[in-house]
Amino acid sequence: MGDAITEALHLIAFGDAALWEIVSLSLRVSLTAVALACMIGLPLGALLAIARFPGRGALVVGTNALMGLPPVLAGLLVYLLLSRAGPLGPLELLYTPTAMIIAQTVLVTPIVAALSRQVIEDLHQEYDEQLRSMGLRTGGAVMTLLYDARLSLLTVALAGFGRAAAEVGAVMMVGGNINHVTRVMTTTIALETSKGNLAMAVGLGLVLMLIALAVNGAVMALRPTKAVPRHV
Amino acid sequence: MRARKPTLVLALLLLILTALAGQTATAADRFIILQSTTSTENSGLYGYLLPLFRAKSGIEVRVVAVGTGQALRNARNGDGDVLIVHARAAEDAFVADGHGVTRHDLMANDFVIVGPADDPAGISGLTDTNSALRRLAGSAAPFVSRGDDSGTHKKERALWMAAGIAPAPDASWYREAGSGMGATLNIAIGMDAYTLVDRATWLSFGNRQDHRLLVEGDPALQNPYGVILVNPARHPGIRAVDGQTFIDWLLSPTGQAAIAAFRVNGKQLFFPARSQARAGE
Repeated sequence: MGDAITEALHLIAFGDAALWEIVSLSLRVSLTAVALACMIGLPLGALLAIARFPGRGALVVGTNALMGLPPVLAGLLVYLLLSRAGPLGPLELLYTPTAMIIAQTVLVTPIVAALSRQVIEDLHQEYDEQLRSMGLRTGGAVMTLLYDARLSLLTVALAGFGRAAAEVGAVMMVGGNINHVTRVMTTTIALETSKGNLAMAVGLGLVLMLIALAVNGAVMALRPTKAVPRHV
Repeated sequence: MRARKPTLVLALLLLILTALAGQTATAADRFIILQSTTSTENSGLYGYLLPLFRAKSGIEVRVVAVGTGQALRNARNGDGDVLIVHARAAEDAFVADGHGVTRHDLMANDFVIVGPADDPAGISGLTDTNSALRRLAGSAAPFVSRGDDSGTHKKERALWMAAGIAPAPDASWYREAGSGMGATLNIAIGMDAYTLVDRATWLSFGNRQDHRLLVEGDPALQNPYGVILVNPARHPGIRAVDGQTFIDWLLSPTGQAAIAAFRVNGKQLFFPARSQARAGE
């Protein structure tokens, strides 16, 4: 473990171009996937929270269950889709960062949808009458509730980022862990482990944890404080 | 209050555009996809060979390193332009089924059996694989198999069969890792177990601890690698011209000499298949 910490400090202090390339690709892929997952998952979650339609219960259970989607299965499904033998083969997206973004979006969207559904549902129970008195229809109510719950939803997005940044199965399968092209933090850790460079692997793991800490810290610093008086 | 939302959406869109812009920048380069094995990639061979080829041809070779079984399956789906693997029978079947154009002998190294330093099965120094495997099976000392249908796994099964032993899948001494070579070595080392490994991976492996190379030198342990161009008639996207350029270079005296010149800790790991290059060793 001492070796690993030395290795991690060395990596950060003398972080070469190769490490920076891997770190920035990790961030680019996972942040983009989370952004896409929020664009799909937040409205979906809010809709599931306030709309009433047949099959809603099944959808709620379905999104909750999909939070447990194994990354390697998501990777396999996206692989079958993007392979030259698959329906989207002509797009030539396999083994590119775009393929990794798609796979992680598939993984993260159910998490964002399921967690935001719960957040919005709780809020909706509180504000239902007020929203009605303002004459807001479903669309308007969704937007208002999403905005009002933005602080809790930020935590939802961070949970999604945690899932995306930590998974290795999906990006390994659809990215191929190609040096300088699709190699990210987690696939590098897997590769170094398979080379028997365990100290290096743990060192990289510590760097990944520091990045997660930095992202969470940045979000915490940027989020609007509750102290500002708000007039809804 | 609602007015701030467009900024958020804009920021998200910008993020996605940046990601896609980075995407097109790399896609503009001239490259081929090489489906290959973990043993060749982990030893550092491609890190040595590919820059030489790129300097000469301008073609970038992107390596997807997986087990031979998965490499063959990916290539069958057209997800690769060139294939470098080590499982002769499966390679010949791949070409016979029309998935590959031709198979060429590229290079070889050999397999070795490694195990704990105290060697409870007493196989150290044996040069006959059959008797080594029989002693292993009789000793109840644990053996870790790749168990992943890779080239090494296919070879291991063939060796057991040649020794007249059929390890029961539930035998307590025979464990299937279902993982790549490096992960399997880590498991074998953690369990004080024996395993079959290609010499290149073993020599470049960083976590050997007290494990030793115990059995080597049997001709049955030869490990030949073949190179195959994936059939462009099967999948329209295959980059056959650049793929063939790469294969021609690998088989040329220059490419073969480069394979022979690759060293880890001063040791040659791969031996080129063509004789004119052997003269230069």
